[in-house]
Amino acid sequence: MELCDMPAWKLKEMISKGEIGPEDVLDSVFNRIDAVEGTLNSYITLLRDSSYAQAKEVKRRLKEGESLPLGGIPIAIKDIICTKGIETTCASKILKGFRPPYDATVVARVKRAGGIIVGKTNLDEFAMGSSTENSAFGPTRNPWNPETVPGGSSGGSAAAVAAGEAILALGSDTGGSVRQPAAFCGIVGLKPTYGLVSRYGLIAYASSLDQIGPMTKDVKDCALLLQVIAGKDDKDSTSIKLNLPNYLEACEVKDLKGIKIGLPRECVSESIDRSVARVIEEAKRVFEKLGAKVVEISLPHIEYALPTYYIIAPAEASSNLARYDGVQYGLRLKAGSLREMYLETRTNGFGEEVKRRIMIGTYVLSAGYYDAFYLKALKVRRLVKEDFDEAFKEVDYILTPTSPTPAFKIGEKIDDPILMYLSDVFTVPVNLAGICAISINGGFSDDGLPIGIQIIGRAFDEYGVLGVASAFEAETECHSRRPYRR
Amino acid sequence: MELKPVIGLEIHCQLLTKTKLFCSCPTDYVGREPNTIVCPVCLGLPGSLPVLNKEALKLALRAALALNCTILKKTRFHRKNYFYPDLPKAYQISQYDIPLAVNGYLVIDGKRIRIRRVHMEEDAGKLVHPTKTGRLEGAEYSLVDFNRCGVPLIEIVTEPDISSPEEARNFVMELRSLVQHLGVSDGNMEEGSLRCDANISISVDGKFGTKTEIKNMNSFKAIERALAYEINRHMEVILSGGEVIQETRHWDDSKGITTSLRGKEEAHDYRYFPEPDLLPLFISDEMVSEISKTMPELPWDRRNRWKMDFGLGDYEVFVLSSSKVLGDFFDACVREIGKPKEVSNWIQVELLRIVDDLRLKIEDCYFAIPYLKEVLELLEKGVINNQVAKAVFEESIRERRAPIDIVKSKGLEQVSDEEALKDAVKRVLEENEDAVKSYLSGKDKAFNFLLGQVMKVTKGKANPAVVRKVLEEELKALS
Repeated sequence: MELCDMPAWKLKEMISKGEIGPEDVLDSVFNRIDAVEGTLNSYITLLRDSSYAQAKEVKRRLKEGESLPLGGIPIAIKDIICTKGIETTCASKILKGFRPPYDATVVARVKRAGGIIVGKTNLDEFAMGSSTENSAFGPTRNPWNPETVPGGSSGGSAAAVAAGEAILALGSDTGGSVRQPAAFCGIVGLKPTYGLVSRYGLIAYASSLDQIGPMTKDVKDCALLLQVIAGKDDKDSTSIKLNLPNYLEACEVKDLKGIKIGLPRECVSESIDRSVARVIEEAKRVFEKLGAKVVEISLPHIEYALPTYYIIAPAEASSNLARYDGVQYGLRLKAGSLREMYLETRTNGFGEEVKRRIMIGTYVLSAGYYDAFYLKALKVRRLVKEDFDEAFKEVDYILTPTSPTPAFKIGEKIDDPILMYLSDVFTVPVNLAGICAISINGGFSDDGLPIGIQIIGRAFDEYGVLGVASAFEAETECHSRRPYRR
Repeated sequence: MELKPVIGLEIHCQLLTKTKLFCSCPTDYVGREPNTIVCPVCLGLPGSLPVLNKEALKLALRAALALNCTILKKTRFHRKNYFYPDLPKAYQISQYDIPLAVNGYLVIDGKRIRIRRVHMEEDAGKLVHPTKTGRLEGAEYSLVDFNRCGVPLIEIVTEPDISSPEEARNFVMELRSLVQHLGVSDGNMEEGSLRCDANISISVDGKFGTKTEIKNMNSFKAIERALAYEINRHMEVILSGGEVIQETRHWDDSKGITTSLRGKEEAHDYRYFPEPDLLPLFISDEMVSEISKTMPELPWDRRNRWKMDFGLGDYEVFVLSSSKVLGDFFDACVREIGKPKEVSNWIQVELLRIVDDLRLKIEDCYFAIPYLKEVLELLEKGVINNQVAKAVFEESIRERRAPIDIVKSKGLEQVSDEEALKDAVKRVLEENEDAVKSYLSGKDKAFNFLLGQVMKVTKGKANPAVVRKVLEEELKALS
């Protein structure tokens, strides 16, 4: 097996035993990049030179006896997370040339932990989309089948990890943008509880929903990366102070005796793909075999989650994206007056989907419409959250498909926004409720595309969710399949 | 038809915190190189997040408590969205539906002006137009200075309880004095750390009229003039049978008129919504009582103290409390010298004039307290007379020299010796025969002229009481 197809925890062991050095891992990763990036387009920016410089520095630190949780592990960062001095584009023309003067808190923590940042990955512009087709830098393709999308918006990160173009990656999840691409690419993606991971330096799409999450080859890597990025940050007022558990310990869970898992009847309707239904059915049997009790539950308001999301998220986005006005940084088009400069810059700088959401958001916040749309959406959001609160009185975890279908064809849904939005129907409620969920590979479609299952947990029960996922992984083989493994 | 002006004010005060409202940049932007006290947060760079400055919250609470407001236990921030180059996030973090405090009042000349709300918000940057006038008109381009961006403000909104331009001015003066006493703001209108907008309408037979909003009143005088102008304008429209149009108007101080800035239709839709980057704020009873306990002396308490303890009159007290630095200086003088009535008199009549002439600031005049003390002692002991004392006091400040030195080196000691003064009196009488004649023919006014001449001849050093006595004696001898 090539090094680039191995999980981080395994590579760490090999590095610490002196069997390999960080450069060997980088060599392997960049070889893979050279081989597949032309097809996949996972990255917007590659940092080959600085990667090797970072590797040298990590070696020095390791030699000095520093304990580095990510010592020498190549990691890809979604290009919506700020990296000091490195262009951060959000896959938008409007941020062309923007080099943040600071590192996002998660980036600073990854660097401190000895992670090596190999590049900035592609995404749907400003994380708006479910296919990574809405990018000013062209679409990313799914390594399992380049005719299909990798999911989105963190499609670049998902494709890179699945293809061995990175060992680990960070994505951001506002309505499913970590979990859905993880599912489409057959990797692990965690959406942490709102407030567990600092958003400082994450370029905002919808501030009350955004969370940064790990995207990894297996659950143990997910725990490893979560440990590094989680925890209170004084620069983010919405980050929560709490005693972090040792997430790696959660991965030692071997059985699920006494655990109750809920299967919402709303999530097993006819509208989901046959192969997805089959994978859920199989997953149910695996959990039962592990000793868990799987029961049917109801989340009555979940059908309103998607429309609610498409009011709240665009509303916040319309405000968050107003700063791209051509004054301070990024694109500025010349015009005869201030107003025209705004219009020219924003009309040409933003893509269609971003403009659609800015307009929806501006509309729902306008005088006369606020109460009917935005305020109502906030109330429904509360009902969705209460559905979960009720369910968690009865069960410990909730199992759903991550997405109703496996990866779809490039171009298939790009002209039908509503159809595209439906791809996130099972992930969006988790963001509205502010709780945590993981997507892991649960099996494959008849066409050989990976299918994700989502395990939802209570707020700040990442430890539990990782444990359930880990037990599932230990009992199944599907997660160890890789698209380019030889 | 009974027409009455109805005025409400919105006042912004910059809070005297060391750092900005949501980041740790310093707030002292006056005179700084443009864009030198900025960071990703106050520049609104992508990915940056606000963190509330607790000190700003404390100052805002202190102001709200002094304004007799009810502090709301749970408050929150909203985003006020609009595009302008000096607003780097394209929204201002402000407060909307739940302000920090509501329902207060401030007493002006015995009348309660109700305060509707007090809320916190961040300031914007400044545009610099490279034209001779510094105004946008005719500028080829504009520059943005973000130094002021994120400086903490409180906005104080009154109910429409104010009924004249004078009352409006007095309200703002009293509010300025209050925030200065509280240490909440320096209240400097010229530098823009205190800014005032007004809403104005005319009630006809008790029925409210249409209001206009006036902006750009940058001094107490401007407030009074702009409101007087606008009241007149409304009255003329109403009396000629027309209707006042609801709009925002700009006060042009040089022309002395208001002009339309934007109409009701062009009013912004700010699309307020709760700021998701900040958590709701819970104000505990402990925090409020802690701030109440550490409340400094308020201007009205100070004025009462001066009246009760020092026996000062209304007018004196009004002048001395017009700014906090003056009141502080007065208190410092009294602590050092005693004699509050005399000290008050000397500060108001002499010091304020001297300070004005020499372009000094009161807060830089503490060195003059020992001088004043000495001058008053010299006066009391009769070493110098009143007129010399005034001149010596001024010179002591100008030259930074002890009054006793000036008196000695210039030989300004008062001459009270009758024999010594008799010669001067005689000489004056000889040289002013006409005045002597006119006095002797019954015109008493001539006496003061002659007295003045003696003082002149003695270079002001003569003891006026002694001169008077000698002069009376000599004139009697002539009659």
